Amino acid sequence: MTDIGNGLLQLVPRAEARQSMKDFKSDQEVRWCPGCGDYAILAAVQGFMPELGLARENIVFVSGIGCSSRFPYYMNTYGMHSIHGRAPAIATGLATSRRDLSVWVVTGDGDALSIGGNHLIHALRRNVNLKILLFNNRIYGLTKGQYSPTSEVGKVTKSTPMGSLDAPFNPVSLAIGAEASFVARTIDSDRKHLTEVLRAAAEHPGTALVEIYQNCNIFNDGAFDALKDRQQAEETVIRLEHGQPIRFGAGLGKAVVRDPATGDLAVVTDTDENESRVLVHDAHAASPATAFALSRLADPDTLHRTPIGVFRSVERPVYDTLMADQLDVAHELLGKGDLGALLAGNDTWTVAG
Amino acid sequence: MTTEHEVRRPDRVIIRFAGDSGDGMQLTGDRFMAQTASFGNDLSTLPNFPAEIRAPAGTLPGVSSFQLHFADHDILTPGDAPNVLVAMNPAALKANIGDLPRGAEIIVNTDEFTKRALQKVGYDASPLEDGSLDGYRVHPVPLTTLTIEALKGFGLARKEAERSKNMFALGLLSWMYHRPTEGTETFLRRKFAKKPQIAAANIAAFRAGWNFGETTEDFAVSYEVAPAAKAFPTGTYRNISGNLALAYGLISASRQADLPLFLGSYPITPASDILHELSRHKNFGVRTFQAEDEIAGIGAALGAAFGGSLAVTTTSGPGVALKSETVGLAVSLELPLLVVDIQRGGPSTGLPTKTEQADLLQAMYGRNGEAPVPIVAPKTPADCFDAALEAARIALTYRTPVMLLSDGYLANGSEPWRIPDLEELPDLRVQFASGPNHTLDDGTEVFWPYKRDPRTLARPWAVPGTPGLEHRIGGIEKQDGTGNISYDPANHDFMVRTRQARIDGIEVPDLEVDDPHGAAILVLGWGSTYGPITAAVRRLRGAGDAIAQAHLRHLNPFPRNLGEVLARYDKVVVPEMNLGQLATLIRAKYLVDAHSYNQVNGMPFKAEQLATALKEAIDD
Repeated sequence: MTDIGNGLLQLVPRAEARQSMKDFKSDQEVRWCPGCGDYAILAAVQGFMPELGLARENIVFVSGIGCSSRFPYYMNTYGMHSIHGRAPAIATGLATSRRDLSVWVVTGDGDALSIGGNHLIHALRRNVNLKILLFNNRIYGLTKGQYSPTSEVGKVTKSTPMGSLDAPFNPVSLAIGAEASFVARTIDSDRKHLTEVLRAAAEHPGTALVEIYQNCNIFNDGAFDALKDRQQAEETVIRLEHGQPIRFGAGLGKAVVRDPATGDLAVVTDTDENESRVLVHDAHAASPATAFALSRLADPDTLHRTPIGVFRSVERPVYDTLMADQLDVAHELLGKGDLGALLAGNDTWTVAG
Repeated sequence: MTTEHEVRRPDRVIIRFAGDSGDGMQLTGDRFMAQTASFGNDLSTLPNFPAEIRAPAGTLPGVSSFQLHFADHDILTPGDAPNVLVAMNPAALKANIGDLPRGAEIIVNTDEFTKRALQKVGYDASPLEDGSLDGYRVHPVPLTTLTIEALKGFGLARKEAERSKNMFALGLLSWMYHRPTEGTETFLRRKFAKKPQIAAANIAAFRAGWNFGETTEDFAVSYEVAPAAKAFPTGTYRNISGNLALAYGLISASRQADLPLFLGSYPITPASDILHELSRHKNFGVRTFQAEDEIAGIGAALGAAFGGSLAVTTTSGPGVALKSETVGLAVSLELPLLVVDIQRGGPSTGLPTKTEQADLLQAMYGRNGEAPVPIVAPKTPADCFDAALEAARIALTYRTPVMLLSDGYLANGSEPWRIPDLEELPDLRVQFASGPNHTLDDGTEVFWPYKRDPRTLARPWAVPGTPGLEHRIGGIEKQDGTGNISYDPANHDFMVRTRQARIDGIEVPDLEVDDPHGAAILVLGWGSTYGPITAAVRRLRGAGDAIAQAHLRHLNPFPRNLGEVLARYDKVVVPEMNLGQLATLIRAKYLVDAHSYNQVNGMPFKAEQLATALKEAIDD
């Protein structure tokens, strides 16, 4: 069981009995397309939840609209399948009014970054105690295959027969730019890595954004093959680990260094000469600059040099805590609200019978 | 030298303070109102100001005014035509002179009647000199000069000293109408507690204005309006505006329901004052969340409702448009939620600071699908308190979003309010679901989130944190009972009809009809037109006409007896500050040939004008 170091997680009641993955499966038939990456994520989350050890009734999954947003129906917790893009707003109201709940948002690239972009960035800047799982398949699935705000430029889809014109968002860059205190990326098919990232997110006090690369085998099959194929992955995936030098490639022959001329990051062959220059990953760095630079390493088209893991994890004041504190302070300063006195105000007169 | 003054005793007076947006007319009016309230008159106010914070100085669009009607008896409106106009500049005179009856008194600040200022608003010659005001009793007062003179010893720059001229005017009017002055002095001391010099200057200007009235011979007459002792039932009173009453109603509902209050809101005129007020009362457990947009405001409120709060979102018409999809979700989730719409002139941005009643059909129908929502409307500023409690009752009892339709006139207008005893407030407590509510064929006890109370058709409110009741709800159609996703045609038809039946079945009091003379004609209103309609009806009855009056608080569902009431009358007239929205609903539902009387100019009806229109309807 996870060591609960997070002060906020301690506000959520613990499960009395030992839980199993089965406890978190609802009685609803899962209706994603066979082969969808969502199945793997669902299994990973259901498998991870017992480890978290929270009372099931104090866990809430809130989602928007899209394939991924059916997620809450399959979790045997409290859940709300809301409307397109609004899950972070709804979850904000729930989390700030009920600090005894562990609130999770499940969203997709269209839900979070197109129609709900505003709510996402504001949840991140406020640092509400939410765990946001952003399933990124770089396509619109539920509406049958239009390009999404993370699709590569030139994507040919039903709505873009001559190729899409939009430059895509990089969700990790966006989140860091929006003052996120926790940003991570993982991959649907890497159960172990996904679980590690979920654990880190769950323990983080404040908003945690986890981008999960997820395969849509119907409308965008193989979008992340470059990261999944064992041989290719060695060359494409950069595994970030806090406190570790950032190396990747066959035999970890490549390394990320800082270019002294520009301050930007670069990939070099790992030689003895370069040894001292290799960047050591610091997820807790106060400045978001290096995390942002890491988020820009990947080639959006080929996905070469894609970092996964926790980019950034820093502690800063949490919105729900601040709101609760203000209520406490008001209570201390003014005493418990006296409705009779409030209604009467300072300036009254009496009409005698 | 003290002049012997004549004192007259009218039963009511209407005063309008008018000046530049920066002249402090709202504050002046507000203070005069507070003095009048504490004196015990009945009163009604109409603040009227531009949407621009500081429109160009001295121009017509920049004129801001505050009208106050006070009397020794109960009154219902801010009054049609002022007896007194205080005009701080030529623009204020020009913008308001049209509303003044001949013989009215005009106090003008002559210092501002410069050639340039006159030209700015299109006066070729000074109206103070060209005879155009001969029909009025004009008091030319160099307010600016007198104020600067009075503040000589304070070491203030001329500009700074000038700013107190509104307090000079207030002092003068306070003398003219025998208003108590202690309240204003205390107020000024408190307001400028950190700037004692400014406080002292304002008080000095205020006193100088008073003394000016007392000593100058130009003001030969002063007026005393006796307290309205008989107009009010026994009790302790205060003055209250609609938005303040609404905020207090929400806090009271939270206490009566024993649920924490959560407000999700985005600033918008004329609703923002409710957000401001509620944010001051965190010691009542009130959480206020200023969202990133209107949609997030209601979204957060809905999330809090899911968690067991008394959830509210406040806005105006444009905000309701943005919130519509979430209101639809709340209809589908069947969670309690208050949507407060302080209506303003529309469409689009419209007239942000002016009043209108044109969101009724938006509240009624402005959603996709069959999405019925109860609608409650307050009729006076103080009534916003009761309307908030009533909206909360319906939301909590029937697990539904409720629209509360106030408007700009009620929001900013004010009147005396009898402070209720807390014991009088309704019990709004609810029971959260705590255990299984259904037994399966095999004997298993389960929780069904959409199993309904047979009387109210409300579903159980099962809040997260309750063991064993874990369930999922959403905007997709759900199976009756289980709440599981269902695309079954017959189930959808059943759920649509059941959601409608739940709203149709809401218990609301019967409509009361005021008809002392067995009239053939009924005037039916809703919302803030209550004051002007009632005043018009009084005039007509005073002149010997028979007319019945009824006023709707509940617009959805309508009172059970409404159809029967409408059928009793030969003619039904519906005055509205829109193009006939209630009339449309009435005609559709009851097949009654209701006649509309409409005004959509951003201002409340005038009683005189309504009386004339109703008289025509009677004689027709």
